[in-house]
Amino acid sequence: MAVSASAHPTPLLKLDGLRVAFATPTGPATIVDGLSFILGAGETLCIAGESGSGKSVTALSLMGLLPKPGGRVTAGSAMFLGRDLFKLGEREMQEIRGDDIAMIFQEPMTSLNPVLSIGTQMTEGLRRHKGLGEREAETRAIAVLDSVRIPEARRRMKQFPHELSGGMRQRVMIAMAMSCDPKVLIADEPTTALDVTIQAQILELMSDLQKQTGMAIILITHDMGVVAEMADRVIVMRHGKVVEQGAVKSLFTAPQADYTRALLAAVPKFANGKNAPGETPRPEPILSVRDLIVRFDVKGGFFHRTKQRVHAVEKISFDLAPGETLALVGESGCGKSTTARAIMHLSPFAGSVKVAGKETAGLTGEALRALRRDVQMIFQDPHASLDPRMSVGDLVGEPLVIHGLANGKELADRVADLFERVGLKPDHMTRFPHEFSGGQRQRICIARALGLNPRIIIADECVSALDVSIQAQILALLKKLRAELGLSYLFISHDMAVVEQISHRVAVMYLGQIVETGPTKEVLGNPQHPYTQKLLAAVPIPDPARRGLARRRLEGEVPSPFRPANYVPQYLNYRDLGGGHLVATQ
Amino acid sequence: MSVWRGLVRRPVAMVGLVVAFAFVVVAIAAPLIAPYSPQEQFFDGLTLEGAPLPPNERFLLGTDLLGRDLLSRMIYGARTSLIVGLFANGIALLAGTLIGLTAGFLRGFVRSILMRATDLMMAFPALILAITIAALVGPRLEIVIYVIALVNTGPVARVVYAETTSLAEREFIAAERAIGAGTARILFRHILPHLLPILIVWGTLGISTTVLFEAILSYLGVGVRPPEPSWGNIVFDGQSYFQTAPWLVFFPGFAVALLALSVNLVGDALRDLLDPTLRGRH
Repeated sequence: MAVSASAHPTPLLKLDGLRVAFATPTGPATIVDGLSFILGAGETLCIAGESGSGKSVTALSLMGLLPKPGGRVTAGSAMFLGRDLFKLGEREMQEIRGDDIAMIFQEPMTSLNPVLSIGTQMTEGLRRHKGLGEREAETRAIAVLDSVRIPEARRRMKQFPHELSGGMRQRVMIAMAMSCDPKVLIADEPTTALDVTIQAQILELMSDLQKQTGMAIILITHDMGVVAEMADRVIVMRHGKVVEQGAVKSLFTAPQADYTRALLAAVPKFANGKNAPGETPRPEPILSVRDLIVRFDVKGGFFHRTKQRVHAVEKISFDLAPGETLALVGESGCGKSTTARAIMHLSPFAGSVKVAGKETAGLTGEALRALRRDVQMIFQDPHASLDPRMSVGDLVGEPLVIHGLANGKELADRVADLFERVGLKPDHMTRFPHEFSGGQRQRICIARALGLNPRIIIADECVSALDVSIQAQILALLKKLRAELGLSYLFISHDMAVVEQISHRVAVMYLGQIVETGPTKEVLGNPQHPYTQKLLAAVPIPDPARRGLARRRLEGEVPSPFRPANYVPQYLNYRDLGGGHLVATQ
Repeated sequence: MSVWRGLVRRPVAMVGLVVAFAFVVVAIAAPLIAPYSPQEQFFDGLTLEGAPLPPNERFLLGTDLLGRDLLSRMIYGARTSLIVGLFANGIALLAGTLIGLTAGFLRGFVRSILMRATDLMMAFPALILAITIAALVGPRLEIVIYVIALVNTGPVARVVYAETTSLAEREFIAAERAIGAGTARILFRHILPHLLPILIVWGTLGISTTVLFEAILSYLGVGVRPPEPSWGNIVFDGQSYFQTAPWLVFFPGFAVALLALSVNLVGDALRDLLDPTLRGRH
């Protein structure tokens, strides 16, 4: 952890009264309004807030990277080593960027240049800032890659970004940022795009590096779990203004501002299954999946032959009872979303999917359309899953029109009902999706799914793109609808705390197969499979007092589901622990 | 009708609309507007040395090499040029969109056939294609239209195809499938509206290239037959006398540019007005 949470760190960066404005068609809009802080050497300062709070813009303005034209620092100073960063010209900022102040971005996928080798990108900064020769720069780069625990560093230098996994790429980003021994490291949501187990590794790596080098970290995040894990001091921002700032312990134990209290209250707390709803009675299942297999061929070469195959889902089976919520959990690439798409007939599959006792495999045309009435889906990103060129009223009414259930006045009435049911104003029907906030858009998606009176809703990461306070509201809405309408949910998520809140039962997926399944209380409270244990251990806990408890040294990455074309999968066998709790045997 | 109101509120687009409309009126009412017949050769239409006259009181835009009134020829020429521009472009857009949409959405075998066919058409030199067809069937206005449409279909199909494949991967298309929307609905209600901006840009840019292409065909003797005027053949007839009689090239050239510009202005405004995601942002 950070060296000193001391009250008097040596001031390194002193930000005073920062104001940032963006030009909009309706005039300049203030995005950051009067932010001040002092950052000491070796200290970790977390800037926390929800989307639109101005936290990322703060980082960009410190780096002199505000989007041009449009973004502008209108007031304030940032004293760093006796100079005001905001008064420096582009050339002088180039000297500082990547040398004294380095930055890590959210998306490791897009912040590395795909056509340059890791080695070229690693040595660029060293040669530019430290004036090292090719040989020296390479030696130093390999040493830095070693220090961020990248195995076989020398070989990686010749590789290209697409040859590395997401976690590896973020390590490379960190290595690049660390290569010139920066005094300040700005990390903008460095782990948001990563799986929890990888997130835990990256966070631990950052604090280890900080201990070794004594650099200061400005960590920008929306995740209060990450804040609790990393911060010495915290600034909570909202709509560009500072809501509260203080030491991490006091902020979590005695938050002063109402907003901070609300934010902390909204964070789903993972309690190892203690918060889980009890089991529901389980009559005939409404959805019954048996030996579901989904494989994708990867074609290539001159003759377009199948070279590799992605074994996305390999023989998984589960039942979903009416009124029950089953969570599919796992990390990216484990096949949970593919399972959902197969059940929706959006991907071709083998095996059996029965809805209310009726086999759906092989259905086409009208029969498939009838199935769609019973099974509906809510997608992860409400912005991407609504046609931006259609009014939300038309979007919500569309399923009713397609299935010939209503038209004219009746259609308008039913759409208005659906709007009210999900907590939206019916007068907003003529608006377009972009005129709503993320949470409202997800409500629109839910209204659209409810229109056909489905019996099953598949929710694919349906709250993970939302801010915590909005997330809590959407979860409450889903629970309410479940109680009112007797819906069954297949709830797909990577977030254990959310899963614990809503689901009666859990199935943990790993490499296309279920490794452990059972009642939520059992699986989360008494995990038996090593992967489940690892997954649960990685969940960040929003409580600075329990810092590091969750953090065991996690190594390794999820292996790739890409296999040679002639690969024959191994299937798991299960051991019954009673009460429906099944665990894969090794 | 909010699109109309939006247009009214944009003075630049309104100017474009008025100018484009004026061209259409002139073309339709050519016999009423033109001061002379486009074919009549005037004795006083040439200097004593036999050179064309510059603009004067009697011949407002001057005369051409045969002593015919340039203004009258341009007014009648507008008919040919507008018909070719409108139809050749329209057919190319329609055919290109259908091919691109089908190939982009259906994939597989259909895609291979359609896209290879467009590649073949695009690889074949447009002029040789045009000359061959015209030579086989004989130079007629309809042939000019079909040939230009054929030549322009390939690029439109390519662009629409590329855009459709990327749209088909978007999550809202999966969401549409999930609620039970059929292929036709997805194609025409959800993908086509997203192609509008591209189609509008292609359509408006196409006007000027089409008019010029018609001119080239006419020049090569496979397009509109003289003495029937079109803006294209007026330019080409006059081009070798550019130094001595610049008006012969300048006025018809200006007409082409003005038409293209006005259509472009309208198209630009339409593109923005038809995009609901820009609503309330201008």
